[in-house]
Amino acid sequence: MVENRRYLDLATHIVLLLGIAIVALPIWITFVAATHDAVRMTQVPLPLLPGSHFLDNLKETLFGSGLSGTETAPVWRMLLNSLVMALSIAIGKIAISIISAFAIVYFRFPFRMGFFWMIFITLMLPVEVRIVPTFEVVSQLGLLNSYAGLSIPLIASATATFMFRQVFLTIPDEMLESARVDGAGPMRFFFDILLPLSRTNIAALFVILFIYGWNQYLWPLLITTDNSMTTIVISIKQMLEAAEQSPQWNVIMMTALLGMLPPVVVVVTMQKLFVKGLTETDK
Amino acid sequence: MLKRVHFPASPLPYLLVAPQVIITLVFFIWPASQALWQSMLVQDPFGLSTEFVWFENFVALWHDPLYLSSFTRTAFFSLAVAFLSMSFALILAGFAERVVRGATTYRTLLIWPYAVAPVLAGALWVFMFNPTLGILAYGLDMLGYEWNHKVNGGQAMALVIMAAAWKQVAYNFLFYLAAMQAIPRSVIEAAAIDGAGPIRRFWTIVFPLISPTTFFLLVMNVVYAFFDTFGIIHAVTQGGPANATTILVYKVFNDGFVGLDLGSSAAQSVILMILVIAMTVLQFRHVESKVEY
Repeated sequence: MVENRRYLDLATHIVLLLGIAIVALPIWITFVAATHDAVRMTQVPLPLLPGSHFLDNLKETLFGSGLSGTETAPVWRMLLNSLVMALSIAIGKIAISIISAFAIVYFRFPFRMGFFWMIFITLMLPVEVRIVPTFEVVSQLGLLNSYAGLSIPLIASATATFMFRQVFLTIPDEMLESARVDGAGPMRFFFDILLPLSRTNIAALFVILFIYGWNQYLWPLLITTDNSMTTIVISIKQMLEAAEQSPQWNVIMMTALLGMLPPVVVVVTMQKLFVKGLTETDK
Repeated sequence: MLKRVHFPASPLPYLLVAPQVIITLVFFIWPASQALWQSMLVQDPFGLSTEFVWFENFVALWHDPLYLSSFTRTAFFSLAVAFLSMSFALILAGFAERVVRGATTYRTLLIWPYAVAPVLAGALWVFMFNPTLGILAYGLDMLGYEWNHKVNGGQAMALVIMAAAWKQVAYNFLFYLAAMQAIPRSVIEAAAIDGAGPIRRFWTIVFPLISPTTFFLLVMNVVYAFFDTFGIIHAVTQGGPANATTILVYKVFNDGFVGLDLGSSAAQSVILMILVIAMTVLQFRHVESKVEY
């Protein structure tokens, strides 16, 4: 603190609390909606304080037949799909980019720079700009409505490769020299020295990629036509459409809460890793 | 780039880069070149014959008032999202930086919207502004302002901007806070001794010193608004009413998968790719010319 100003300190806390209130308002409204029964959620004005039907709604949403008038899969199934997709994307991305960064940094071989630039280009091509042709490739490979089709096209990542390259470049050369003197081969060196040294980076990256994978929307929307393969994030859109006819906002908002809970919990509990991952991958 | 010491030549490095390279080829390079190729084809409505037409699809887009208006709309949308969420985050970060105790608590309470999927953010906002039921629409009605984003294009745009900006506040806040904390205390203290108050210090010292972060965030926010907001728009307005919220990415999707006009959709993809590459280059040049304090 540079100087002591009481009123400014007070104002600081007021502004921050106000900011938090604005940021949290949508979630509060959602939470309140998830604690009332369906009838109350059709009467204007809607409640601002929580009701007593939280557990009923939770049970109905998780294990019930879903929203009347829609043919969605049960919510627990969609949560499972989201989890599998997010984990495969996060683990897959980390695995393939750490080994390719290892090859690019620690070996000299023909076309090394060619491979590097090829990976670099992917940084510039988000899924959104090449959706039609990528969809065709995946359908020709017969990967529609499968976990492989959901995750593999998204696991090539230039950012992760870059980050690992950066990390490896900071590891002193003496490490490799002494490992070689001791007779360690490349894979031994990779598993016994590089992996343990980049453990925090892997964890930080995992947090970011888990959120990225969980929140994927356009890609799963295109390649899942089978209801048993949809993810929780996709189902919200279907429910919003159904809400035009039969508004069951308590169930919809409970589903929304369940859909945002896992990534939010990851961010809040692993905040340090999250901040580290965010600032390192985006630059 | 390469280590001074490295392993002897062997087939191993090829095996190590193979997974990444194969996936890149199959799911990135090949589809992107397909998009390039398709952007120069015209298909008849039944998909029976295709014709190579050079740049006709691009010329058609150039003369298409719907596409051009979608372009200006996207520019407006992304700048509005960037401005709204960056200024909100800047104010909060400026105050949060002053807090000695409880700073982490404030940070925790402000960063979690980052983890909310865009489509869920859209769902929350559309629920609050639901014309018949929504709590905020009801409040506006009490104040004598009629809210119906299903008919009013301006209101629909405002709604998607708010939802998109809300989600991005957390990201901007984190980067602004980190940038402000990196400013040396001595500079701020010297200014305080010279008699500059907190507001004066902010505008003459803090704000200029964090300008590289502002520039970086501007690029990131525009990229976010261009691509990641698809879910919000798809859930909240479906590009409507009357195309009032059809941004470029939504139009690529709509023309390709709903309208099945593959040539035009591919041409739009190519234009988007060029835009992304331009923005990436901008961002990289910024990283290189980074100001050191």
